[in-house]
Amino acid sequence: MKLVDTLRFARNAATGYPLRTALSVLAMAIGVASVVVLTALGDGARRYVVDQFSSLGTNLVIVLPGRSGTGGFNPANAITTTPRDLTINDAAAILRAPSVRRAAPITVGTSEINFGGRLREVMVAGATTEYIQVRNLEIAQGQFLPADDWNRGTPVIVIGAKVREELFGNAPAVGQLVRIGDRRVRVIGVLKASGSGMGMNTDEIVMVPVALAQAMFNTNTLFRILVEAKGRESIAAAKAQTLEILKQRHNGEEDVTVITQDAVLATFDRLLSALTMAVGGIAAISLAVAGILVMNVMLVAVAQRTGEIGLLKALGATGNTIRNAFMCEAAMLSTTGAIVGYFLGLLGAAIIRYAYPTFPAYPPNWAVFAGLGTALATGLLFGVMPARRAAGLDPVEALMKH
Amino acid sequence: MPLIELKGIERVFHLGDSAVHALAGLDLAINVGEYVAVMGPSGSGKSTLLNLLGLLDRPNTGTYHLEGRDVTTLTPTEQARVRSERIGFVFQSFHLVPRLTAAENIALPMMLAGLPAKERSSRVEEALNNFGLENRAGHRPDQLSGGQRQRVAIARATIMRPAMLLADEPTGNLDRHTGEEVMNLLEGLNQKGVTLIIVTHDQVLGARAHRQLAMEDGELKHDSSSPRP
Repeated sequence: MKLVDTLRFARNAATGYPLRTALSVLAMAIGVASVVVLTALGDGARRYVVDQFSSLGTNLVIVLPGRSGTGGFNPANAITTTPRDLTINDAAAILRAPSVRRAAPITVGTSEINFGGRLREVMVAGATTEYIQVRNLEIAQGQFLPADDWNRGTPVIVIGAKVREELFGNAPAVGQLVRIGDRRVRVIGVLKASGSGMGMNTDEIVMVPVALAQAMFNTNTLFRILVEAKGRESIAAAKAQTLEILKQRHNGEEDVTVITQDAVLATFDRLLSALTMAVGGIAAISLAVAGILVMNVMLVAVAQRTGEIGLLKALGATGNTIRNAFMCEAAMLSTTGAIVGYFLGLLGAAIIRYAYPTFPAYPPNWAVFAGLGTALATGLLFGVMPARRAAGLDPVEALMKH
Repeated sequence: MPLIELKGIERVFHLGDSAVHALAGLDLAINVGEYVAVMGPSGSGKSTLLNLLGLLDRPNTGTYHLEGRDVTTLTPTEQARVRSERIGFVFQSFHLVPRLTAAENIALPMMLAGLPAKERSSRVEEALNNFGLENRAGHRPDQLSGGQRQRVAIARATIMRPAMLLADEPTGNLDRHTGEEVMNLLEGLNQKGVTLIIVTHDQVLGARAHRQLAMEDGELKHDSSSPRP
């Protein structure tokens, strides 16, 4: 029998029993759709986290005081266990590294901000003018911290959008004097509302020059130094050079931790990809169930059409012809189900994106291919047994069942 | 050379502990173009004989030569090919595929044999005309009368131009008048040279054949004429 005839015969056989066909197509569709939707959710979560990290700034190398990695035994560690302070001068020294474009020292603390009788507790970040470029922040009103000597604590403040709203309401904020802790500072700018920033929401912080913050909190050490490399490819070099400079300045002791954004990102990426695969795997179980259903449907089809199979044999059909026809039918059921399910899944993902616009729920390509592939494979695999049974029927007995 | 030559055919069915000899020591030769009626009570082995002649069943012992070729030793695939090209079946209950139209049912053997679509449609059209089914091509079996169904079945049986037609009670499900029509049709085909073998327990129908074989308990009791070699 020609392939095109086999296909047409199988299609007619499938459409000849609409309810049974529809049910097995539906089962397969649900299986594929759940793979598509669940992996879209998993991958959406991964993308969401990656996006959040990217909003931190690009080509970032972060310096933390203290050593968190395992460095083996070092005689210096045996003598001093408290790490050396990470100072503003350290940050300035990092600028000498050839692969570094900018460095932004940061110190943080909490204090009270007070204006016109309104008081609230805020997170105070001491920073420099470089911070706005390193973090890709934007200014809504006024200007950011002035570009002067890092060791000079000019009494100015830049406030987050939410802080401005709470303290000033609709009144103008720029130019006003506010009290922060026991100091009076002038508001010179308001940050644009962004809402994101991995735990440090820039809407609810205020920023002052780093020297001022250190004076307020009576400390010499920095919380972080954000280092921006000259480009994506020089991130590793910037990291190495930063580490080398700080080691030299700290008497050869490696008492800081330098992490790259890429490393953090890669970890999250790996974690969430694994999660997506796990979720996809769970969804694939429903595909196996659908495959078994297709097998059942085909077994019923063989039982129902025993007489027809006998007739086909009498008319000269070989076992192979009959086996192919039934395999084709099983393949058609699963293919149709897979395609319907694929579009159902896309629809589901689109609905999720519509409901949560910030959540990029797109199914990953590998999941779509794996889902469709598994659907077809299980359909065919579970179609083999019924088809072989049909092909092996004894024609005389089969004909008597007509 | 006879068309069909059976020698020492035995067919035994096992029902529990007992063995039933459906065919026992059967020798038979049928020439090309003969019109043979196989008669006998039910259980006499006539249906088993027909299945055997149609290569749907295999004998336990003995040989079956079809057109001089030993077909008992062929593989199932080779036997399917012989059925496709040399044998046409007509059944008591028509055995049409319910979801296919009359034309598609007639074309079924050609489709199974892998004939090109163009040749199929021209042959189907010819067959529809020959069997008076011009206006029924697109009808499904449940939209056809019994006589029309059996005509579709006969058209299907002859579409591959087989050497022989095996008919199992072809008028069993028809009234007298349509049965007569169907018999005329089959006899007409026989006159054009197709070997016709009919299984029936109807004495009147059997008497129309040129040669009668009477079966009883798996043995050939009576043969109205032994063919000249």
